[in-house]
Amino acid sequence: MKITKAEVEYVAGLARLEFSEEGKEMFATQLNSILSYMDMLNRVDTSGVEPETHAISLKNAFREDGVWKSLDPEEATKNAPEERGNCFRVPKVIE
Amino acid sequence: MAMEPYRLTIHELQEKLRQGELTAADAADSIFGRIAAVDERTKSFITVMRETAMVEARKADEAIRSGKGGPLTGIPLAIKDILCTKGVRTTCGSRILQNFIPPYDATVVRKLKDQGAVIVGKTNMDEFAMGSSTETSYYGITKNPWDLERIPGGSSGGSAAAVAADECMASLGSDTGGSIRQPAALCGIVGMKPTYGRVSRYGLIAFASSLDQIGPFTKDVEDCALLLSAIAGYDPMESTSVPIEVPDYRSFVGKDIRGWKIGVPREYFIEGIDPEVLAAVEKSIGVLESLGAERVDITLPHTEYCLAVYYIIAPAEASSNLARYDGVKYGYRSPEAGDLIEMYRKSRSEGFGAEVKRRIMLGTYVLSSGYYDAYYKKASQVRTLIKRDFEEAFRRCDVILTPTSPTPAFRIGEKTDDPLQMYLSDIFTISANLAGIPGISLPCGFSGDGLPIGVQLLAWHFQEGKLIQAASALERNAEIKKRRPAL
Repeated sequence: MKITKAEVEYVAGLARLEFSEEGKEMFATQLNSILSYMDMLNRVDTSGVEPETHAISLKNAFREDGVWKSLDPEEATKNAPEERGNCFRVPKVIE
Repeated sequence: MAMEPYRLTIHELQEKLRQGELTAADAADSIFGRIAAVDERTKSFITVMRETAMVEARKADEAIRSGKGGPLTGIPLAIKDILCTKGVRTTCGSRILQNFIPPYDATVVRKLKDQGAVIVGKTNMDEFAMGSSTETSYYGITKNPWDLERIPGGSSGGSAAAVAADECMASLGSDTGGSIRQPAALCGIVGMKPTYGRVSRYGLIAFASSLDQIGPFTKDVEDCALLLSAIAGYDPMESTSVPIEVPDYRSFVGKDIRGWKIGVPREYFIEGIDPEVLAAVEKSIGVLESLGAERVDITLPHTEYCLAVYYIIAPAEASSNLARYDGVKYGYRSPEAGDLIEMYRKSRSEGFGAEVKRRIMLGTYVLSSGYYDAYYKKASQVRTLIKRDFEEAFRRCDVILTPTSPTPAFRIGEKTDDPLQMYLSDIFTISANLAGIPGISLPCGFSGDGLPIGVQLLAWHFQEGKLIQAASALERNAEIKKRRPAL
C-alpha cells in the first residue's frame, strides 16, 4: 500500500476537500491501484532527459504595457455568492 | 419531399442559403424542432438558446441578403459547456458552476459569432471534461444516438451526440486526452484535435493547460476543414497560441494522396482491441493503398507509458487549475460554512463530483512534497521521449493511422466502478496530447451491432492540412454506407 488512510486525510487537507470515513477508504484503495499502475514508469531510463512541460517550444509572450479596458467592478463581482459594494464577501478571517 | 434542413452539412446549408433556397431562420427553426423531438432521449444539451439563436438567425439572413455572408453565416452550431459564452450560463458539467454566467465570450465563440454563426446551445460533458463517457456530468448522462443504452464517449459527449443526432450542423468540443476524437468515433462523425497552440484557449475553462485544445465536431471532413479555418489563429489574449499563418484548410479537401507514406505503429495494434475495430481499421489502410499511398510499418516505442504519464500530468495540472473554485469569486458556496477554511472545504466537497475529486486528490498527491520527482518530473521526462518517438516516426511517413478507440461504444454504467478501466478507453488518443500533435477521427465502418467505428490519423505539428487531405481521401473512397442513427 502506497497511500494509507492518514495520507488521504493529509492530501485532502492540502486540496481543501473533505470525505466521509467510507470515502477515505475508497480513495485509498482507488489511488493505490492507480499509483501502482504508474510504477511502470520506473522501467524507463530517463537519465539526462529534459522534462517536457509544453509540447510546442514557447518563448515568453510579452505584450505592450498599455492601458485598456478591463471588466467593470459590477461585472466582475456579479457571479459572487456574496458581494457588497463591489467587493467579495467572505466569512471573518481575523478573530 | 425535400430533405429536412437539420440533416444538412455546413457546406450544403451554406449553398442553400446563398442560393436563397432556405433562410437561416428556416434552418434554425428546423434545428430547434429536431432538438424538441430527440433531445429528451439523447440529452445532448445542458442549455438550449432558442431566443438568442433566432435573433442571430434573422441577423444572418440580413447579412446574406446584403451580400455580406461568409462560410458560417446563418449556420446553427452547438458549443461544449466548457467554453465561456457571454451572458449564457456555463457550467462545465459541474454543480460548482451551476450559476456561473460568464461576463465574456471565449475567443472561439467570439470568432464564430463575428462570422455570423447561430449558437443553438451548450452541450453536456463530463464534469470539468474529466471522463470518457459523459456519465459524470451533474446535469445527467448523454446517450449515444446509435444506441440509447450506450455512452456517446467523452468528455465532449454532448457535442458529439448533438451532431450525430442532427441537433446542430456542427459543434465545438475540447480534447485533453481524446475528448473530441473518442466521442467522434463512438458517434460516427468527424472530430479533430488541432496542434497545441493552433486554436486560442482563451475562455476555455482550464483542465490540464499543457494538453487542452479546442476543436470541431462535424458531419464530414469538408465541414471539419471549414470550421477549423474559422477558429484557428493567434490570439494576443492567449500566450500559448502560436503566430503561424492559418491556411485555407478547405483547399486540402479532395487532393490526391498518391505517393504518401502512411505510418502504421505496431504498438497500436495490440491484444484487447475489438476484432471488428481492427478489421475496419485494416480496411482503411487498404483504401489508402488503393489510392497510391504506401503502408510503412513504424514504431513508437514508448506507447505503453502514455497512459501512466497522462494520468500524472493531467491530474497534477487539474489540481492546480481547480484550486480557483473556492466559493469566493464565483460558483457554489456551501451555506453551512463557519470560518474561511471550512467554507473552502465544504464548498469544494459539495460542489465537485467524485471523479473530479479523485483527480484533484491524485494531482495533489503527485505534486506534494517528497513525491514531485518520483511522479511529476519522471512523467515529464517520459513525455519528452514520447514526443521524440513521434518526431522520429514522422521522418518516415506523412501521417500515422491507428484505431481511435479500442472498442465501439460501451454500455452506460459498464466502466463507472473501475477508474483504470475507464482510463484505458483513451489509450490511443492520449499520445497526441502529450506530443502536442494534431489528430482527426473519422468513421471507417460499423460493428455487427450497428455501432460506428472510427479511425484516427495523426500528423506532425501544424500539419492539419495533411490530416484533412488524407481523411478526405479516405472518406470519399471508403464506401461506407451512409447511415443515420434511428431516432
